[in-house]
Amino acid sequence: MLLIHCPYCEEERPELEFRHAGEAHIARPTDMAAMSDEDFEKFFFIRSNPKGVIYERWRHVHGCARFFNAVRDTVTDKFVMTYKAGEPQPKKLPGAGK
Amino acid sequence: MRKYSVFAIAREAMRGNKGWEEQWSSPEPKSEYDVVIIGAGGHGLGTAYYLAKEHGITNVAVLEKGWLGGGNTGRNTTIIRSNYLYDESAGIYDHAVKLWDGLSQDLNYNVMYSARGVMMLAHNVHDVQSLKRHIHANRLNGVDNEWLTPEQAKEFCPPLNISSNARYPVVGAALQRRGGTARHDAVAWGYARAASARGVHIIQNCEVTGIRRALSGEVTGVETSRGFIGAKKVGVVAAGHTSVLMDMAGVRMPLESYPLQALVSEPVKPVVPCVVMSNTVHAYISQSDKGELVIGAGTDQYTSYSQTGGLHILNHTLDAICEMFPVFTRMKMLRSWGGIVDVTPDRSPILAKTPVKGLYVNCGWGTGGFKATPGSGNVFAHTIARDEPHPINAPFTLERFRTGRLIDEAAAAAVAH
Ligand SMILES: Cc1cc2nc3c(=O)[nH]c(=O)nc-3n(C[C@H](O)[C@H](O)[C@H](O)COP(=O)(O)OP(=O)(O)OC[C@H]3O[C@@H](n4cnc5c(N)ncnc54)[C@H](O)[C@@H]3O)c2cc1C
Ligand SMILES: [Zn+2]
Repeated sequence: MLLIHCPYCEEERPELEFRHAGEAHIARPTDMAAMSDEDFEKFFFIRSNPKGVIYERWRHVHGCARFFNAVRDTVTDKFVMTYKAGEPQPKKLPGAGK
Repeated sequence: MRKYSVFAIAREAMRGNKGWEEQWSSPEPKSEYDVVIIGAGGHGLGTAYYLAKEHGITNVAVLEKGWLGGGNTGRNTTIIRSNYLYDESAGIYDHAVKLWDGLSQDLNYNVMYSARGVMMLAHNVHDVQSLKRHIHANRLNGVDNEWLTPEQAKEFCPPLNISSNARYPVVGAALQRRGGTARHDAVAWGYARAASARGVHIIQNCEVTGIRRALSGEVTGVETSRGFIGAKKVGVVAAGHTSVLMDMAGVRMPLESYPLQALVSEPVKPVVPCVVMSNTVHAYISQSDKGELVIGAGTDQYTSYSQTGGLHILNHTLDAICEMFPVFTRMKMLRSWGGIVDVTPDRSPILAKTPVKGLYVNCGWGTGGFKATPGSGNVFAHTIARDEPHPINAPFTLERFRTGRLIDEAAAAAVAH
């Protein structure tokens, strides 16, 4: 089971308190009706699914109930960091170099 | 290839078993092939076998980064059934079930296909309605599936708890009698041996690290840990690693990779005569011929390539198993493991041409593609050989996520193994 640091509660809690909420930083279109099928496919169905560093959303459902973002390595499942929703995608990762 | 038979066993018994040959050869890779298949799981090896057998294309290599059958093929709980809701799914899964019946003879290899019946339990009104809907849809498609009362379910599977004071009482079940299990390793080995006998090269410990394309766009070969290998056509059959490989060719996929776990108990005498599945309590179980209970759990909630999952997922499944079969509360579990499954948004596979000329993909089988192995290899070989899909896999395109023509087994069944 993962241990996840909620950036709002500012503590590490067991995974059971959280719900994974998919890839992060996918902007929801403002005018969906006007989108081309191709753009809708990209937004709705296509996923990066990286082997390595992933940016993803989590929700602390059984805690503060808020959504936040995380950077995790999908090979080791270790979290690099978590940050609040709305904050920009971190470009420089702590301990990076890999 | 020397044929396996009762006479071969007798002959070898007299000669101290010194005459058995290697089951498949391990040649050095050639510089170019007509077709390169990436991934030596059941689906990739099956594709190579049918390319050789049905389309006369034998200048084929199957490249595998680890050992053959070491992916999901060798990690799954081997449930075979074809009672899916939609016509397209019935078409492809039942094509596979028909091939399972007779596969051991076709390959001259005992894959231990055992049509012992797959029973899916209903615990509430929603389950009853959904399973009965499946039964009717299946019968219209010529796929056998029948309704059982709780008493009939218990008669078919005696250790099942049908007491009305169970937390999730059994209120009925759907039974597909042609469903069952097969020996997963033997499926990989059998296809490997039969493909190798027809001239296919099986190259293990050879990881594909790049897909090379000409300026005009079509594929020209693959970069591997053992050097460049040219290919006129490339088929990606890499399950959980499909996104990674397709990225190498510049194609982004509608896939996410999740850990899925299973576990086996200590071996005991025969006690579970069929496969039992319950979507509501989320557990499925069968008993191997060695006597182990083979138990499948759910996926973890996050994407991963780690081939391990959380212990709480296994615990949850064992809770459900003990609820359905109180007789197993004191069984000891021997081993657990995980595989990485590639899941599509509609939970149906993709077997198709891609926007890149000469590149084909067979993926998205997610938590339930073992059952489809022979059918998938068979129609995917057709797709590669003819450069157009077989009518059975024609609906399973990559474009359906653009056109919206989904095959939404996700909404239909919720769980699929
Ligand atoms: C725990 C578990 C239980 C399951 N239970 C069932 C079940 O009961 N019934 C059912 O029908 N299905 C089940 N499944 C699903 C089933 O196992 C898969 O859908 C099926 O086996 C996929 O077969 P495959 O040949 O496509 O993939 P795999 O067997 O995974 O083969 C893909 C191969 O590609 C190789 N590869 C990856 N990347 C590269 C690269 N870069 N270069 C070279 N090779 C590469 C991998 O090493 C691997 O051997 C289960 C899966 C799991 C994990
Ligand atoms: Zn919180």
